[in-house]
Amino acid sequence: MVVAVAQESRGAEHARPWIEQAKTSYWQLIDTDHRLEDLYNLVNVPQAIWIDEQGRIARPPETAGSTDHFRRMNLATRTMSAEDQAERLVARQAYLDAVRAWVTTGAHALPADEARAGLPKVTPDIAEARARFRLGLWLRANGRAAEGDLQMAEASRLHPVSWSLWRQAADLDEVGKASGPDFWKRVQALGDRPYYPPAKL
Amino acid sequence: MTKILTPTSEHDIAAHDGLWVSPVDAERVTGWILKPEGMCRADLCVPLPAAALAPNEVDLRAFWTKLGGPVVASETQDVWALGAPPEERNAALEGLEAPDFTLPDLDGVPRSLSQLRGRKVFLATWASW
Repeated sequence: MVVAVAQESRGAEHARPWIEQAKTSYWQLIDTDHRLEDLYNLVNVPQAIWIDEQGRIARPPETAGSTDHFRRMNLATRTMSAEDQAERLVARQAYLDAVRAWVTTGAHALPADEARAGLPKVTPDIAEARARFRLGLWLRANGRAAEGDLQMAEASRLHPVSWSLWRQAADLDEVGKASGPDFWKRVQALGDRPYYPPAKL
Repeated sequence: MTKILTPTSEHDIAAHDGLWVSPVDAERVTGWILKPEGMCRADLCVPLPAAALAPNEVDLRAFWTKLGGPVVASETQDVWALGAPPEERNAALEGLEAPDFTLPDLDGVPRSLSQLRGRKVFLATWASW
């Protein structure tokens, strides 16, 4: 069973066009507060967690098939080279094949100690960032956008590796801003570090 | 009234001087119950310093800070957010039992991860932004 969870603080109607176009039969859930990211300590989309029949985490949160090829795209035309596009599709297919193999044979499920070792730790700063993000969302939703934005900015400062906190705040400020010039500046500032760390399959 | 947000709920509570609240309200917000031993949940009790107690009142901010959870407030302190203590989140994840959650689908129907026990679940996030 696939459970797709939209991290979407603008609410269900904002996610609806994508969900309707996807025409899926699995659960499509709306998470306006980014509660899943809090519970599972997530930092970006798409991330996935594999959960077995006993409700145990078989693979900790990891990038769900996306790659860093987009970082080399031509920003003027918003296009990638044919080679990068092909590599990107191959990587995505390999990830989806791994998911299918797990479903049918149990392949790629990690032993408990490895699954545990792959969990990112929640630090006090991350916990505070989540609380500030939640407060910021509430303030924004209740006519106090400027004050809410300050809380969200502080959340991003406390948890700088979370792309979701920063990009959701940018999107609330203005649709499109999450992938605008400031986003690209942040991506460039990563240097050699990955935006989408590949799943270790 | 003071608004208190927790990771999964929202409360309007009579509070003063920060988050001094009645033990009844403290329990409503946190699920922890004031007893002679301290604040208790199931078998676990967390002793409170004398400074966090007054007749029929408890300092929720002091208690939550003692638990290790973040406490943040709006400028005028009319809205507060209590975050999950990091050690609670880490312990839950390290137990490898996937934390349960309930979220609505597009039609507002609540769905819980625990309803899918017995099946493999590929739990994935996405966003429009």
